[in-house]
Amino acid sequence: MLKSKVIMVKTRSGKILKIVREHYLRDDIDNGLFGGKLDQHPELQNDLVSSEHFLIPDTNVVLHQMDVLEHSCIMNVIMLQTVLHEVKHRSSPVYKRIKSLCANPDKKFFVFTNEHCIDTYSARVKGESTNDMNDRLIRIAAKYYDKCLKDRNQTAVLVTNDRANCALAKKEGLDALTIEQYVKNIVGYPELLDKLAKADEAIEVDKSISYPEHLKLSQVQAGVKSGKFFQGKLGISRENYLEGKIITHGEDGKEILIQGRLNLNRAVHEDVVAVEMLPEDQWSNPSGVILDVTVQPGAEITDSEKKKSSGVPTGKVVGIIKRSWRPYCGILESFGSPEMTRHLFTPAEKRIPRIRIETRQAKTLIGQRIVVAIDSWPRFSKYPQGHFVKALGSVGDKDTENEVLLLEHDVAHEPFSQAVLNCLPPSDWSIPKEEFAVREDFRDLPICSVDPPGCTDIDDCLHHKDLGDGTVEVGVHIADVTHFIRPGTPIDNEAATRGTSVYLCDKRIDMVPELLSSNLCSLRDDGDRLAFSCIWIMKPNAEIVSTRFCKSVIRSKSSMTYAQAQMQIDDKTAKDPVTMGLRGLNKLAKILKHDRIEKGALSLSSPEVRFHVDSETHDPIDLQNKELRDTNSMVEEFMLLANCSVAKKIQQEFPECAVLRRHPEPPQSNFDVFLNAAKSRGLELNAATSRDLAVSLDRTEEPKEGIHSYISTLLRILATRCMMQAVYFCSGLESDFRHYGLAAPIYTHFTSPIRRYSDIMVHRLLAASIGADKTFSELLNKTEIQNVCKNLNFRHRMAQYAQRASVGLHTQLFFRSKVVHESGYVIFVRKNAVQVLIPKYGLEGTVFMDRDFEGNTTVNADDLKYIEDKCEITVRGVKLCVFDEVTVQISHDATNVQHQRINLKLVHPKINGISI
Amino acid sequence: FELISDEGYRFDGRKPSELRRVRCNMGVFTQADGSAYIEQGNTKVLAAIYGPHEASNNMRSRVCLDKCFINCEFSQAMFSSAERKKRSRGDRKGKDMSAHIKQTFEAAVRTQLYPRSQIDIYLQVLHSDGSLYCACVNAATLALIDAGIAMKDYVCACSASLTKETSLIDINHVEELAGCAEFSAAIMPKLDQIIYSELNGRIHQDELGQLVDAVTNGCKDIFAVIDRFEVITDNTEIAVSPRSLHS
Repeated sequence: MLKSKVIMVKTRSGKILKIVREHYLRDDIDNGLFGGKLDQHPELQNDLVSSEHFLIPDTNVVLHQMDVLEHSCIMNVIMLQTVLHEVKHRSSPVYKRIKSLCANPDKKFFVFTNEHCIDTYSARVKGESTNDMNDRLIRIAAKYYDKCLKDRNQTAVLVTNDRANCALAKKEGLDALTIEQYVKNIVGYPELLDKLAKADEAIEVDKSISYPEHLKLSQVQAGVKSGKFFQGKLGISRENYLEGKIITHGEDGKEILIQGRLNLNRAVHEDVVAVEMLPEDQWSNPSGVILDVTVQPGAEITDSEKKKSSGVPTGKVVGIIKRSWRPYCGILESFGSPEMTRHLFTPAEKRIPRIRIETRQAKTLIGQRIVVAIDSWPRFSKYPQGHFVKALGSVGDKDTENEVLLLEHDVAHEPFSQAVLNCLPPSDWSIPKEEFAVREDFRDLPICSVDPPGCTDIDDCLHHKDLGDGTVEVGVHIADVTHFIRPGTPIDNEAATRGTSVYLCDKRIDMVPELLSSNLCSLRDDGDRLAFSCIWIMKPNAEIVSTRFCKSVIRSKSSMTYAQAQMQIDDKTAKDPVTMGLRGLNKLAKILKHDRIEKGALSLSSPEVRFHVDSETHDPIDLQNKELRDTNSMVEEFMLLANCSVAKKIQQEFPECAVLRRHPEPPQSNFDVFLNAAKSRGLELNAATSRDLAVSLDRTEEPKEGIHSYISTLLRILATRCMMQAVYFCSGLESDFRHYGLAAPIYTHFTSPIRRYSDIMVHRLLAASIGADKTFSELLNKTEIQNVCKNLNFRHRMAQYAQRASVGLHTQLFFRSKVVHESGYVIFVRKNAVQVLIPKYGLEGTVFMDRDFEGNTTVNADDLKYIEDKCEITVRGVKLCVFDEVTVQISHDATNVQHQRINLKLVHPKINGISI
Repeated sequence: FELISDEGYRFDGRKPSELRRVRCNMGVFTQADGSAYIEQGNTKVLAAIYGPHEASNNMRSRVCLDKCFINCEFSQAMFSSAERKKRSRGDRKGKDMSAHIKQTFEAAVRTQLYPRSQIDIYLQVLHSDGSLYCACVNAATLALIDAGIAMKDYVCACSASLTKETSLIDINHVEELAGCAEFSAAIMPKLDQIIYSELNGRIHQDELGQLVDAVTNGCKDIFAVIDRFEVITDNTEIAVSPRSLHS
């Protein structure tokens, strides 16, 4: 049956259009009751519903109560098409969550296409609003299910938050409950009540505060358009959660400061807000005084005189354009009786305000890390209102803290969904015959892999063969992940959102399921594997004669660690082809490296440590610095070469849509502090170009009087911090391709498709360009590619932060019951502190010169003398200069449960009142 | 933007391989030698055939000695789309469409039976909701049959698009706007020959086979419908009353 749907739409230019669409009604739509997801007995019991029942939630319940719906006990839910559509329009994150629930076979969420079903369709009544019509459609569907379920003695229960809708449904003889009523009466799951998001009306009024009302969105938009308001993303200061700033859009993006609870007006970190400028006489300055000793160095203390100067542009929030609330990790504040239900929650992220929640489990939750989501922030409540989502475990426990750092860095780490796992080949998969026909067979070549110890996701292998005519064949073989991950499949989408594998000290968060990452795609030496190969013919002086790419089948002869490979090379008696190959590779790599450095590639350094972990408790027991051998740089050289060759090829073939990696040249001002520090010790460095920098850094290796030998490494560590972030981009949208650090004109990532999604995209492009695979529209769409690149850049940054946080966490665990004296080096000198690096532990921290760790001033400002140009600070006559060697005491401080930290105290040189 | 829901339904409730409702009628004008009206969903087209007749004065130059020539004029009513648009008869889109339809029927009409003559195909779109070319071809086929002009076979046309590796046939306007590639073809179903095909947008060559199969099946479905069509009961109203066209 056919119905037409008539919609009136207002176009952008203000015209009113009448759009007529067809709407077919069908009698063959599955209602899921016979042989479908709903063909069984729901088990959930509820005191208010006497029989077995299915749930039909309405739009608002889905939008606001996802945490309840996601609980494992909520099953057998009928999702109406009407509801899904509305949710999709209103909130895309919620839509994603509900879609994944519907895809999960265990949850038994059934999607009913009610608007196309002849039994549940209804046309719009004249004058009816869209909301009313949707409510009516939902009620009709509920009635339909009631009728269908009657014979089975089951019922459908409509769950809604809307009182009027609830009353109407009851009048029509339906079982209708509000979500609160329903959840309160579920048998056996009292903890669900905590997950309930509170409806606005239920919130008590806090008389102490009344925030100004937010303007309507239309008013805000008009204001932004006319230039009266400024739009921007709010960034709250790390030091003070009552102070934030926005950077306005437009070319001259300027900063606007927002200070104080009332001016911030319920805006939370990262929300997009509209700001109105305050009159100039009310402008103020960022509050300079930092009383919290946990403050990161780098934030300098502003002088009190500065406060009197005119101030920076200051404004107040008048409206919220977009909230970006997420679930927050943190702890329950311990004051107040645990019997009470209302509690305050303190997030781990200092920039988020405390959140008021209601819970009955306070007794068990105190001392645990928990996750809380914000529901709303009413005008008369000092803090936002939220609800409890889940508990992670007790504070200080390693697994809990790992979980916290993953959540806080937005690293997706939940197990892969069923839909993703369904894309995997069977675990006993072996290479099908037809693959041999389309791939080159390299199984006889002396291929081997060299990786760090304990590596299970081997994505690269190498070989070297003497061709006998004065040239050699060198091959890099990369795991052919795109053979298994086909574009557009759930596994591909999941990998694209994860973007990268994340390596924490004690665990790895995979980008693709383990079957692929550690078995089928891992190029181990236990059988045949599919690979994507890059083969060069080279002269002995490493000059490339020809390059070609092909899909192949390989069999690795040996999986070695760096140390093993080094031993084989050094072992004079070994004469097997693999060892010979390694020697050849090693020789070529040295030439390649030399050439690269000649061109101006930087060799920088960062202190990296590896923890030895107790095999039972998984606590760190010892740590060691990463050692660098020849073999490390050998593998690296060939990977760089492969990446460069591939970058050239895909850029040639797809000039508009190649995925490349660029490292922008840092502006000279980035080097100012660094050059100044070196100069203070009499070292003239030049950072005009990457080559100048490389050369002048090499010069510091020569021993010099009065300076210890570690200074060269220190300088390299500091130089690293002047650099910009390398980023992925789409070649059609940028003109600057250069990679500054590698001094390469063009670069990309090709060699680690198991752990980076960028490499998967590059594999697809390369495969298309050699005709080994087909293209598809998303692969050739530059805006699409740029969007993926943006996400990858974000994920990589987050992964890096998470890794750093993980090292930090392990360092803390390592020092938990220790107090150690260790030597370190001053790397920065501040007005009231020095920054010390302890190479042995890769640890860095601040040693304050004017106060102790409780924040009490111990040295008056008169006794402190700071000379910025010379990078030195004199305290009570003792002079400390940058790059000086000092001895510090390292200890663990657990006084603040939420923010445990490592304290550094000066031991040598001795300064009264400072050192111990 | 999903063209097919996870449950497998398109926006308007069809499954991927389902046509829209097809309704048609022949002999809607008596003035013309042959005429037909077709509705494919909300795409509604009138076709009128004049001829075969002696070539009109201004077309003398196109006369062939051994066969007839086909003159096709396509026009679209001002009220046929959501936005009222004034379209001159000679606009590019209209000219292209005319040329394509002309080509299609030159391949299907037994032109050598009518030497030195002219056959006019006039097409008027009353409501456009996607797959215009296809509806025009189907309407013209019926009108040619109505006019009693000899053809090798019926000509049936259908369009298809591809999303998430599923092909959708008989694309409507909303689906056209979604930006996927659109493939249309006209076939002679009994002879199993493709006489016209057109692709807008890019697809991979491996996917073409799938699209051709989908379109062929679609054309055969159309053939089944127009071969034994459902007569629109109130046919006297159709061509004249805009009210009934809008409903």
